[in-house]
Amino acid sequence: MNEELKELYQQVIIDHNKNPRNFRKIELPSHHSEGFNPLCGDHVYIYLDVANGVIRDISFEGNGCAISKSSASIMTAELKGKTLEEAEVLFQKFHELVTGKLTDEEEIEKLGKLSIFQGVRDFPVRVKCASLPWHTLHAALHDQQTAVSTE
Amino acid sequence: MWLLNLINKRTKMTERNPLTVKPLMDIDKIRKDFPVLHQSVHGKPLVYLDNAATTQKPNSVIEAISEYYRLYNSNIHRGVHQLSQKATDEYEAARQKVQRYLNANSTKEVIFLRGTSEAVNLVMNTYGRTNIKAGDEIIISEMEHHSNIVPWQMLAQQTGAVLRVIPMNDKGELLMEEFKNLLNEKTKFVSVVHASNTLGTENPVKEITGLAHEVGAKVMVDGAQAVQHFKVDVQDIGCDFYAFSGHKLYGPTGVGVLWGREELLIAMPPWQGGGDMILSVTFEKTIYNGLPNKFEAGTPNISGAIGLGHAIDYVTALGIDNIHEHERDLYRYMEQKFLEIQGVSLVGSAAKKGSVFSFTIDGVHPHDVGTILDMEGIAIRTGHMCTQPVMKHFGVPALSRASIGLYNNYEDIDCAAEAIKKAAEFFS
Repeated sequence: MNEELKELYQQVIIDHNKNPRNFRKIELPSHHSEGFNPLCGDHVYIYLDVANGVIRDISFEGNGCAISKSSASIMTAELKGKTLEEAEVLFQKFHELVTGKLTDEEEIEKLGKLSIFQGVRDFPVRVKCASLPWHTLHAALHDQQTAVSTE
Repeated sequence: MWLLNLINKRTKMTERNPLTVKPLMDIDKIRKDFPVLHQSVHGKPLVYLDNAATTQKPNSVIEAISEYYRLYNSNIHRGVHQLSQKATDEYEAARQKVQRYLNANSTKEVIFLRGTSEAVNLVMNTYGRTNIKAGDEIIISEMEHHSNIVPWQMLAQQTGAVLRVIPMNDKGELLMEEFKNLLNEKTKFVSVVHASNTLGTENPVKEITGLAHEVGAKVMVDGAQAVQHFKVDVQDIGCDFYAFSGHKLYGPTGVGVLWGREELLIAMPPWQGGGDMILSVTFEKTIYNGLPNKFEAGTPNISGAIGLGHAIDYVTALGIDNIHEHERDLYRYMEQKFLEIQGVSLVGSAAKKGSVFSFTIDGVHPHDVGTILDMEGIAIRTGHMCTQPVMKHFGVPALSRASIGLYNNYEDIDCAAEAIKKAAEFFS
């Protein structure tokens, strides 16, 4: 396994792929949305329970590759308890990270667990995998009822 | 007796080890004809196993296209000048090559289009719209490529016709008894794939055609995954329309062929209007050109057709039967090697199938398989292969697919097997 691949598939990513966190449905969610990538068949549902501007609970379902599944898993773990404003900032930062626009090491470090997706920037065709759950989250919070597509 | 035993032993040995079989084609020599194969991807020699998506082009095809633009670029069927004449001759020579390749009756039956998808759309728009009415039935199969589903769905929606689907079993074989049950006097059209791009299944199109004709339905065969692998004779099949794409037959992209029975093509209205498809135009009335020009409005893909003609020359020189045998042997080896890997399952195991190996690896998503193989320099296809109903049948969101072309060799398969093993182990 070469270095780039190791960077892409870090142990944490492999772990979240195998044992995804918050992999369940929230009955009666305050927000929810569906996202899919027609290129590879990745399909994700995001459910949220938001009250007073705070994400009290967040979960996901669906199927996808290791990158998209672990991205959804880590996203839900990181966002639980955050305010909607904080989630919005992380959404922007995450997008900059995987597209290689966020280069400041300090800024990257601030992203904590999310920073492990840095390796994705070397695999342009995989950026959509990592960002699909985030785009779906964004659609859910902005009340887009139609399914989000990466195409 | 000992001599007989020895002979038996020898035969068995050669059966087990395909490398000892006398090669039908000199693959090392053939590989030299394909410049794209000689490069490194991520520092590893390229192993190209995505031939069902598109095939690489031999030098002769690349040269023919380049020569057209360098030496006689000109429009066809128009000028009296020498370059135009030369371009017209080469373009029409390509049509003749296609005619012979498919054993068509006449060059009038060979229409150059952009590819198989466009051919299906042409037949749907012309034959379909004039002959298929509300309540009529169109039959396709469960293993069709989206390009042989969507146009018929569109026609059904617009006309009120009904779309029926031949189901398949878990090996990826069409259920012929079910097909017979679907046929009735309302059946007006049957459109089926000759060889499946996902499952490799080779369908009994001759039998399908015979049965469909008994109820008076017309038959179209999608040959996009057939003409590059085995001999296709449209008169022997007996179908009414046949289509294929140039780029899957070692030719350029953007050019393909619709073959149709002359009497049907004559009766069909033109699809697109424009130059080349007319004899005379006044504001009151236009008289259409004869076949095949009636269906080739506008300046066609001239260099593409010429390139396709050269691709057919290349395949013909090697011999399509030799190619078929080489690919079949290589496929057997691939199937055996890949299935030895822990966690790998084959999807599509029809008794009659071509050189396509679609598979899943336990616990590994195809997209991750694709990335890991790419880093090893191996090109395979991952995704739904434009056959979402097939994915649904087998209950998978996507598949990985390795597909063989005439230039692939045993080393390619060994490399791919090694990389698939790595992927399986990495995620286990």
